[in-house]
Amino acid sequence: MILKLIWRNLWRNSRRTLITMASIAFAVLFAVLMKSFQNGVFNNLIKNVVGYYSGYVQIHQNGYWDEQVLDNSFALENSLTAQLQQNPQITAIVPRLETFVLASKGNTTKGCLLVGTDAVRENNLTQLKSKLIKGTYFEKNEEAVLLAEGLSKRLDVSVNDTIVLFGQGFHGVMAAGKYKIKGIVHLASPAMNDAFVYLPLAAAQYFLSAENRLTSVSLGIDNPENTDAIVQNLKNAIGEKYEVMPWQEMMPEIANHIKADGFSFYIFSGILYLIIGFGLFGTVLMMTAERKYEFGMLIAIGMKKTKLELILLGETLLITFFGVLLGFLLSLPLVIYLKERPIRFGGEIAKVYEQFGFEALFPTDVDQSIFLTQSLIVLAMAIVIGLYPLWHVRGLDPVKAMKK
Amino acid sequence: MQETVIDAHNLSKIYDEKTIPVYALNKVHLHISRGEFTAIKGPSGSGKTTLLNMIGGLDIPSEGFVEINGTNITKLKGNELIDFRLNNIGFVFQSYNLIPVLTAKENIEFIMLLQKRPKKEMEQRVQELLKEIGLEDKINKRPRELSGGQQQRVAVARALAPKPQFILADEPTANLDSVSAENLLNIMLKLNQEENMTFVFSTHDQRVINRARRVITLEDGKIVADTAPTAVIHEQTEIK
Repeated sequence: MILKLIWRNLWRNSRRTLITMASIAFAVLFAVLMKSFQNGVFNNLIKNVVGYYSGYVQIHQNGYWDEQVLDNSFALENSLTAQLQQNPQITAIVPRLETFVLASKGNTTKGCLLVGTDAVRENNLTQLKSKLIKGTYFEKNEEAVLLAEGLSKRLDVSVNDTIVLFGQGFHGVMAAGKYKIKGIVHLASPAMNDAFVYLPLAAAQYFLSAENRLTSVSLGIDNPENTDAIVQNLKNAIGEKYEVMPWQEMMPEIANHIKADGFSFYIFSGILYLIIGFGLFGTVLMMTAERKYEFGMLIAIGMKKTKLELILLGETLLITFFGVLLGFLLSLPLVIYLKERPIRFGGEIAKVYEQFGFEALFPTDVDQSIFLTQSLIVLAMAIVIGLYPLWHVRGLDPVKAMKK
Repeated sequence: MQETVIDAHNLSKIYDEKTIPVYALNKVHLHISRGEFTAIKGPSGSGKTTLLNMIGGLDIPSEGFVEINGTNITKLKGNELIDFRLNNIGFVFQSYNLIPVLTAKENIEFIMLLQKRPKKEMEQRVQELLKEIGLEDKINKRPRELSGGQQQRVAVARALAPKPQFILADEPTANLDSVSAENLLNIMLKLNQEENMTFVFSTHDQRVINRARRVITLEDGKIVADTAPTAVIHEQTEIK
């Protein structure tokens, strides 16, 4: 009987019930869209930033990050390589030797960051080959460089020109070398585009008198959500000789940006829920006021207040449940569609994004936790609002309620 | 001697006790026996509904108490009082007050469902009452599909269904046309005779007053007349 009453009461004023359900459904739809866009854009941003250079995790000699000099480089041991290769969550291992040097052509000399790297593995992690705008990609044992586009302009050089690199090698030895430019790459980040020079790892180690030494090993991983767990496992496995850093520690400004934006999401969704909450509360308030006489009559003829409260809570929960379900059914295909066909900005907006090293792409994230969390928030809100008629009934005096 | 069902002792209801006290009821004594068909009449504000509310355990007296079949209901609180009403008192209201989302049959069953009566017993009783009130063909109609008179007949059947100790009816014919009112009265009188059911009405309606076997007149919260030959009134009758 209680279920029958709940169900039929729900459709007493079908238009109001449908409007309330629709408002809940749109709340869920907007909240899910907002969160999945935010997660999707952040994931893409992380992929862009991390995938462009750093990798999700880096391993250094302990102390290197605080003092980034060649003297803090390390010799890659087979045991470390084996540890990394055994971990199924690690999808790319890129050994690098990096240092600041001077690049010179004719009378022009510019400071730059020399990146000695494994040509094939680098491409696996950062897709460096795809960033070539002139020339060809370098080979593993070549003595040729890839120059970032901005730097090539500053030095006024192009493919097949030769540049001279000067610097300080391992343990302070002088380093000097002459290298042919095999290709020009366009790096989206202006800072990187103005400063990067790539050299095959063996050539860089020879140039810096740092045979078999590395400054970092950058790692690609299968699932960015596992970053913390992977870092912890690696820390436990490879000991204190190395520092294992997630990208958040290496690029705190990006991590902070995501945190700050996450906070703004909570504010926006809070406002959204507040609006919807008041809408739902309005319906519940009206429903309670309209049926005050009836509640009084039901208590008078012998219905216990707890039973009546159960009916009213059931009505609120059922409206919410259908609203949430509808919101879920509307948002799921939309979120999937926008993941498959993300919004891509063109023109000036795209240029601005690209200047900062990001794709002007707005994909969504299809994560069941987003749907679950937003649905649970709306349900919790409905339960809180559903307490109002319960409180009303608790203090209801049937005689006063039935006075017209 | 007839068994006493309702026994009201020295009942008073005082509003604004601390400032200027207003007596909605003033020291009323009333005994109603099983099977009576009693009308309480009086002008507006005379205390009819207040008296009915107190007998029905809906309102608490400022002084005095009400005993139903020997139980002092003034001492009952919360769920105990609701349960007592559920199991002992049938209510018929002026504006029918059927549950709008339930059919005629479901409305009649409603109180028995709250009492958790066996399904078979409920079915049998509903059929019996629908026949009595002449609405067998309206069994699956919702209140909005019934006329005012038909709704009030269903309301009477709902009140009677669990066979309570007595039925309290607050102006049951007030919203009905004369034909519907006459029909309703006939049904109630028939049930009163056949089931020995006690009925207590508050009413302005002369048609009800004419058919009642006992008429109690209230004025300014006091019983000023009681025409019943068997009534036991502690206050002097005809004290006006």
